Amino acid sequence: MTGEAAQEPEKVIEVEDLVAHYGDRLILKGVTMDVRAGEIMVIMGGSGSGKSTLLRFLMALETKTSGRMSILGRDIDTLTSREFTELRKKLGVAFQGGALFSSMTVGENIMLPLYEHTDLDQMTMEIMARMKLEVVELGGFENLMPAELSGGMIKRAAFARAVVMDPSILFCDEPSAGLDPAVASALDDLILNLRDAMGMSIVVVTHELESAFKIADRITILDRGHILMIGTVDEVRNSSNERIYNLLNRVADNDTLDPDEYLARLTGEDAATWSEPL
Amino acid sequence: MAGARKPGAIARFFERVGRSTVHGIEEVGNGGVMVAESLYWTFLGFTIKQPVRMNAVIQQMMEIGISAIPIIALLGGAISVTLAIQGIYTLRIFGAESHVTAGLAFVVVREFAPMITGILVAGRSGSALAARIGTMKINQEIDALKVMGISPVRFLVAPPLIAMMIMVPCLSIMSAVVGLFLAGIYINHDLGISLSAYTDQIIDILKVEDILQGLGKSAVYAVEIAVIGVVNGAGVSGGAEGVGKATTRSVVQAISAIIVTAMIIVILSTL
Repeated sequence: MTGEAAQEPEKVIEVEDLVAHYGDRLILKGVTMDVRAGEIMVIMGGSGSGKSTLLRFLMALETKTSGRMSILGRDIDTLTSREFTELRKKLGVAFQGGALFSSMTVGENIMLPLYEHTDLDQMTMEIMARMKLEVVELGGFENLMPAELSGGMIKRAAFARAVVMDPSILFCDEPSAGLDPAVASALDDLILNLRDAMGMSIVVVTHELESAFKIADRITILDRGHILMIGTVDEVRNSSNERIYNLLNRVADNDTLDPDEYLARLTGEDAATWSEPL
Repeated sequence: MAGARKPGAIARFFERVGRSTVHGIEEVGNGGVMVAESLYWTFLGFTIKQPVRMNAVIQQMMEIGISAIPIIALLGGAISVTLAIQGIYTLRIFGAESHVTAGLAFVVVREFAPMITGILVAGRSGSALAARIGTMKINQEIDALKVMGISPVRFLVAPPLIAMMIMVPCLSIMSAVVGLFLAGIYINHDLGISLSAYTDQIIDILKVEDILQGLGKSAVYAVEIAVIGVVNGAGVSGGAEGVGKATTRSVVQAISAIIVTAMIIVILSTL
């Protein structure tokens, strides 16, 4: 778009014309995007725009209606369940609320993927868990229970668990939501450090403008289930699109939205109902 | 919207019935799939280096079984003594109170011990299972497992299912032994039958198939409790309130399932 080098960068995620429904409701309306190797892609949009829903599809947690999606060069529709499990070992996720297992210590939480997917001995796993905790500046916290941590610490611990297997792609859902500005800024630095030190591709969903502009290599702006724009920070800032202008300048959106559709997108409720077995 | 006709009350009623039926069938199907998947992970998980965690099974056995011993012994004993009192009262009308032991042995071993145990485990552990899985779902812990490539069924469902299938029959035996012993003390006090004569009578009356029927029922109840707890926990939506509703629903459904199953098995066994 902006006179990039002739050599196309490697794409770790490619989504083409992704259409998704929750029940009868159309949630994603033909989304086409990609994530390049080693970049931080921020997905932004107002509340109910479908950004968390899109993230669930990128993590292959939901079943699409149509379209094509490949992760790390593998078309997810063609994978066997074992290949899918193998692929998932290369993905890390830091959920909005941390999603640490409350019955396990912080250290056990971080060791869980190692315990499940490697033949490492206990001592090695403990050392690796401590190292990851050091990376997120939580050294010495491995024996505490998640309930004993603050909100910011839980998010850091979730990052440590997400990167313990050295994933190729890290997904972060609203990493700075609900945190004070200093802690939020520190988490942004952590995301940048993870990208720089470990070379990960990182997909971040956020509605925090400051955070997005600080960490993003590219930004995808989502609006009501379709993409308004994909571009660099400067391209987004200079966009003449009215809806993007409203989003960036916190101008209230006066358009009406069906309350059911809005709620479904906002809470992901339909997606989360386990109508299918675990 | 304009011009669209609102369905009448009868149509709405049938629509609700239809939806509930489909939902119920769907839940039964999901439960069946979870049992099948749990058995797969239990017996074949190690072949792909993903065995069911034995630590979790033992932990669940402690929670479901060992911690429940006092309350199950107490209620098993109370029910058996009550049955003895009512049995003696009824049989005395015919001058046959000395035969109370026979009725007591059959009804406790074949019906009441498994049923009381099942109901108590449903109240204690089935509800806890529904609440735990529901809370984990709301906190996105289930999603975290999936993204980590860890099967939620292997990690969350198989351990309590295995633990229940082992512990509910064990608790049922314990409940029957404690119940018959306490009932024996009452019978000794009321009818003057010695404990050794009472024990001999019970051993003479009970056949292996009576005990197996009790154990078989316990195993079926265990599966029902675990599956109902998991399916309800898995279906949670709407935050903490949803967890509360799922917990209540799982207890009601499990107790109903146990009682209806008991009746069906009795009917089938008499055919």
